[in-house]
Amino acid sequence: MAYKMPAQKYSGQIQEVTIGSDLKLGGESVLPFYSFDGDMGNKPVIGMEIWDIIPESWPEGVLNTFKDVADDPVKWAKYCEEKYNPDFICIKFEGANPDGLDKSPEECAEVAKKLAENVKVPLVIAGCQNNEKNAKVFTKVAEALPDKNYVFLSAVESNYKEVGAAVGMAYGNIVAAESSVDLNLAKQLNILVTQLGIKPEKMVMDPGCAAVGYGFEYVVTTMDRIRLAALQQSDTTLQIPMILPVSFESWKVKESIAPEEEMPEWGSQEDRGIAMEISTAVGVLGSGANAVILRHPRSVEVVRNFISEMTE
Amino acid sequence: MALNGMQIYKLLPRKNCKECGFPTCLAFAMKLAQGGTEAEKCPYMSDEAKAQLAEATAPPMRTVKFGTNDLEYSLGGETVLFRHEKTFVNRPRFAVMFSDTMSPEEIEKKIKNINAVNYTRINEEMYVEIAAFRCESQDKDTFISLIKKVTEKCSKVVPMVITDNPEIATAAVSECADKGPILFGANEQNHDAMVNLAKENKLLLGVTADGKEKLYELVEKIQKAGYRELLLDAGSRNLKGAFDDMVNIRRTALLSGDRTFGYPTVAFVCDMAQDKMMQLACASLFVEKYASIIVLSDIDYSLALPLFALRQNIFTDPQRPMRIEQGVYKIGTADEESPLLVTVDFALTYFIVSGEVERSKVPSWILIPDAGGYSVLTAWAAGKFNAKSIAKAVKEFEVENKIKTRELIIPGKVAVLKADIEDELPGWKVIVGAEEAAALPNFLKNYQQAAS
Repeated sequence: MAYKMPAQKYSGQIQEVTIGSDLKLGGESVLPFYSFDGDMGNKPVIGMEIWDIIPESWPEGVLNTFKDVADDPVKWAKYCEEKYNPDFICIKFEGANPDGLDKSPEECAEVAKKLAENVKVPLVIAGCQNNEKNAKVFTKVAEALPDKNYVFLSAVESNYKEVGAAVGMAYGNIVAAESSVDLNLAKQLNILVTQLGIKPEKMVMDPGCAAVGYGFEYVVTTMDRIRLAALQQSDTTLQIPMILPVSFESWKVKESIAPEEEMPEWGSQEDRGIAMEISTAVGVLGSGANAVILRHPRSVEVVRNFISEMTE
Repeated sequence: MALNGMQIYKLLPRKNCKECGFPTCLAFAMKLAQGGTEAEKCPYMSDEAKAQLAEATAPPMRTVKFGTNDLEYSLGGETVLFRHEKTFVNRPRFAVMFSDTMSPEEIEKKIKNINAVNYTRINEEMYVEIAAFRCESQDKDTFISLIKKVTEKCSKVVPMVITDNPEIATAAVSECADKGPILFGANEQNHDAMVNLAKENKLLLGVTADGKEKLYELVEKIQKAGYRELLLDAGSRNLKGAFDDMVNIRRTALLSGDRTFGYPTVAFVCDMAQDKMMQLACASLFVEKYASIIVLSDIDYSLALPLFALRQNIFTDPQRPMRIEQGVYKIGTADEESPLLVTVDFALTYFIVSGEVERSKVPSWILIPDAGGYSVLTAWAAGKFNAKSIAKAVKEFEVENKIKTRELIIPGKVAVLKADIEDELPGWKVIVGAEEAAALPNFLKNYQQAAS
């Protein structure tokens, strides 16, 4: 008997979403990297994370890479863009945190505007830990940068109305709907955001991220189920590209932050941080991420190679 | 293909003797179809019928073994393509590749690295399980001396003998037969001799061919020769091709129900990339989908920490969340004056909480009572995380002898427990902590400042 390749049929397709002027996400009608089954759509993209303030909490290994530019987000973004060629820049307004520097939404909008003027690639605007403050920051930033198709990371259950109304409806940018590693919550939030009047082509979703080893099985399973529902059951509420802020999680776990003096047998702290970031990124890409946010240039290089090898 | 109850019934003697323990042959057949009993229970079935039934009721993917005694491992036996459908059962095992043309320094370095990586993460011992030996010298003695050297120095590894020369394979296998080695590679040319060698020594046999079609034909031949302890390799040595092989071999077994591909697979990541981090990327993908042995060029902690952690996560049974051991955990350089927090024994919660406490740079103690392995709110709702279980842990782990503080920080979400705990633990004051773990660094800094 001759070998017969098993065929898996999919009835659904992931929505194509354009970030900025021409960075396309999604569009696939098969499981991640299943080129043997059909159309893989647009290949996954990589963004680099920068902060509006000097990221003193970053482990030394990754902070050192940016030490000459980290005091100025525009310098930092341009440095990343010229040197490492990411598909987008993710500016995280950590300085807006009310428990920290508590920068005003206006200050943040000023920074975002300067970035938009100086950087060619599209921006992803990320907030701090405080969702209430984020809604205010996003509103001001979106107002300063209307119709740019920038992604705002993110709208959560407690602020989606305010974020959706400003970012999506009033100022024509893209809303990232963030849930916490639960298929039903993800679906519900997508529906709520759509009900505000935001079109699916102006949405992405962040189903919740974790580093490998830290409940990562929930991330993989949630993403697998989202993709299976979107592709096999044609659930339109879940046919939204997924963006995963890998670096937000992978650089805060013990493997990445424990200094070499504390764990001499573990070896280079920088290598460990990079490795946790790469493994987490590949893990979510294998479960359907359309965009990942990374910190270390070495991770960007390796994950880009990985994506090229899988898609070309 | 699986048989239904009626089809099985037709294979039975239909004499309703009740010797199988069921009232009728039909009842027995129905139970058998559901996998609720075994065909052997029927004393009157013909051998032919038994063989037919065994074939029909066997799982779609075989469970195979390698190694011996404490170092014996199972591979395969998977029944689903996604862990949420049931669970994955047999985790992939990691190998480091050696060649008998490598310099002695390189060999020594790998031996050292293999022995260095050995640690425990949530009750699981993490180390490289396999040393793969590729015979490139085509010289029997050179090859055997390499295997000897490495297996003597790395006591835990099971050897994987890689050669297509049956004569060298025979010598190498007899050198390490007591370790239950894997024999790789039976191919189109040598499969008769290799199958015999594997049969004689009861070894897991790696089968390799150029492409899935040729591999399929070869496996059919080997199955006909009566050997089914197999490990498959469809020959791709690039990432994209190997991913295609892993996914489609697994789908052929589980979706098409075709047992010719119902065996575990091996991914030679060491041949797919030179760069260590790129090997990590490839290996991470194959932990998720769907390799059973992953061969790396080398190992160190930067590779092991993410890979073993990822594997531990993916191969957790969704119905049995990971728990950590109860006790008092020391975070940072905590001493008897340091603050004390309590949370649940659900591994994920503990990891997040301990991570945030570490980030706070406030040395602390974390008390873990028996909370049923649930998250904070679930454990509280189930009555597992309450004043009684917390007070019990305080006594059981002799917290009062170890730590001077008489203040206990509880998760903000279970603030209602405050009064109850204070009743159960006379002399203690309960402090309601942060609602979310992410707020712990700030909380602890303020708490410490207020105390000093």
